[in-house]
Amino acid sequence: MTCVAIAGADYCVIAADTRLSVGYIIYTRDYSKICKLADKCVMASSGFQGDLKALQKNLAAKHLIYQHQHNKQMSCPAMAQLLSNTLYYKRFFPYFTFNILGGLDSDGKGCVFTYDAVGSYERVGYSAHGTGAGLIIPVLDNQLKSPSPLLLPAKDAVTPLLEMEAVDLVKDVFASATERDIYTGDKVEILVINASGIRHELMELRKD
Amino acid sequence: MFRNQYDTDVTTWSPAGRLFQVEYAMEAVKQGAAAVGLRSTSHVVLATVNKAASDLSSHQRKVFKIDDHIGVAIAGLTADGRVLSRYLRNECINHSFVYESPLPVSRLVVRLADKAQVCTQRSWKRPFGVGLLVAGLDETGAHLYYNCPSGNYFEYQAFAIGSRSQAAKTFMERRFEAFNGYSRDELIKDAIFAIKETLQGEKLTSSICTVAVVGIDEPFHMLDQKTIQEVIDSIEIKEDDASAAAADQAPMQEEDKSSEAAAADQAPMQEEDKSSEAAPMDI
Repeated sequence: MTCVAIAGADYCVIAADTRLSVGYIIYTRDYSKICKLADKCVMASSGFQGDLKALQKNLAAKHLIYQHQHNKQMSCPAMAQLLSNTLYYKRFFPYFTFNILGGLDSDGKGCVFTYDAVGSYERVGYSAHGTGAGLIIPVLDNQLKSPSPLLLPAKDAVTPLLEMEAVDLVKDVFASATERDIYTGDKVEILVINASGIRHELMELRKD
Repeated sequence: MFRNQYDTDVTTWSPAGRLFQVEYAMEAVKQGAAAVGLRSTSHVVLATVNKAASDLSSHQRKVFKIDDHIGVAIAGLTADGRVLSRYLRNECINHSFVYESPLPVSRLVVRLADKAQVCTQRSWKRPFGVGLLVAGLDETGAHLYYNCPSGNYFEYQAFAIGSRSQAAKTFMERRFEAFNGYSRDELIKDAIFAIKETLQGEKLTSSICTVAVVGIDEPFHMLDQKTIQEVIDSIEIKEDDASAAAADQAPMQEEDKSSEAAAADQAPMQEEDKSSEAAPMDI
């Protein structure tokens, strides 16, 4: 159970594997952990999927109210704040989800927001959550150099990589994580958000 | 209607068994700018006249999207209409959240009617001063309802509310039997024509009217000005042709009184009773 997001100059890649498992049992190889919240805003989460479903429904309802009141879709930064507030609202009985929000901000630049279970969030250039995150983050730190917070502070907010390169990188890290992490595999669902909309890709991974 | 000693509170009955405050609320609806609704088996169209308070101000919003499958047009106190629209939207969202399916139109209008009824039976409240034409689509088909300040609601094939709505009603009475078979575009055309009837001579332009459609595979949305203007233009071309070609009145001009009487007997197509014998809310 892993999810990853990378922000580029005019795109955002967000990906999650499709395996749902408990212990050594695989419930299904075909489960989507990604949810489109608004036109240019997508959320991927690892953690307890029951809470994820409830969280997604909650945000969708809040988004509908926003659209009725403001006559437009929520921007990604606005949705980011809403998600943070929604998570903190249940500070003492949390949603057991580790979320990543990806999309385009109001200027059309890629943005990724990373969360913990109770709503603490930060805008970053890339992020990963879940069982395979520990295997993936070091690789992204190395490959996406400039937005890496390891050069304190991060030099760029987004990676200078091209969209194709970022998608290839995501496919590579998932393939590597699948090799070592038993909970990650089957397929990876990759969404690319750019000015022309949202592109959807599915890549096969090892099934063991 | 005249002032009398039984009309001060909404909780006071008159000796004739009427609640005057509620009837006065319905008067407020009649004073508002016109709104019409038409229904076929697959689509429902709402059209309204948008009055502006002055030349300097913007036009009032009279059509609200409630959900993908429901929209309302209002006449009367638009502030009350706005507040009720917010309530209706909440009801739809809550239902979708719990049941993962759209709220059936008939259930929504019942909740709205119950909310209106509360205001007719509390001494510290006043009835809502707005009539709503609720247009929606659900599993059982296309529906058009009218919700009254009295807490009553009725289903209609076509209806008009607001000032000079009788002209639109007369126009639709002659044609409503065919509405079920109408295409989407024919329905829109008749809606705009009905609105034209309420203007009675004033020029109809797309800037003063709002038209909204909901249909199977078509979520509720308002038509843009360009589309509306095209329909208006096509109506006017036909009218010019008709008056140029024929010496006697064109069929679109309202003169047919006999069908009006026949249509008035039609059940369940009930009309608002203009006479003062029966209280309006009892229909």
